Amino acid sequence: MNADKTLDCVGLYCPMPIVKTAAKIKEMKPGEVLEVVADDKGIKLDMPAWCKSTGNECLGIEESGGEYKVYVKKK
Amino acid sequence: MAEAEAEKKEKLTIVVFSGDLDRALAAFMLATTGASMGMDVTMFFTFWGLNVIKKNEGGIGSKGLMRKMLNWMNRGGAKRLTLSKFNMMGLGTWMMKRLMKDVNMPSVEEFIKMAEQMGVKLIACNTSCGVMGVPEKAFRAEVASLAGAAYFLSEARDSKVVLFV
Repeated sequence: MNADKTLDCVGLYCPMPIVKTAAKIKEMKPGEVLEVVADDKGIKLDMPAWCKSTGNECLGIEESGGEYKVYVKKK
Repeated sequence: MAEAEAEKKEKLTIVVFSGDLDRALAAFMLATTGASMGMDVTMFFTFWGLNVIKKNEGGIGSKGLMRKMLNWMNRGGAKRLTLSKFNMMGLGTWMMKRLMKDVNMPSVEEFIKMAEQMGVKLIACNTSCGVMGVPEKAFRAEVASLAGAAYFLSEARDSKVVLFV
């Protein structure tokens, strides 16, 4: 998936990937896509939940080799 | 996001009664996450929880022998908090801090700064301050103000989520 920005959260546990995503999304323009790379399994449920309550769109999660790439589209 | 911010934000209010390291961490994790979810977050520190937001350096400056003694034995400051379990005269706490650092988890000290930057409101309970002899100047700069039970309840009443830690 193509993304406008990437955020490296490898090695970080909850709540840091979410806190960093929120800060990054704030800097971006509506419609832009952020790729969050993380290795904390919790992100699989946390990011969709965060998107649901902030109104941003979770486009999908790609999983490979213990890493998760989550795509978030700013509303 | 800008539109969402213009709407009335949902509120999260957390009472931090405990001065234990583990409980303080849990409270700040939820506060910062709530703020990142666009919630309006207030943390209300009372009783032992005042220890979390006391300055790390300098004296407390309380008046009277008993209050001086209390604040000497119960000095507080984010860097002095200990685990509620397995403190083992500080060894357990030291080990837990090592483990947290190992997985890049912020310390309470870092969480306080982060929370303030994210707009979390830190409030100290004025009654606890009076009873325990902790003057306002003993608190860190991140603390917004002192307030009482009525303030807490009016915040709590409007809040979607209220937690007591």
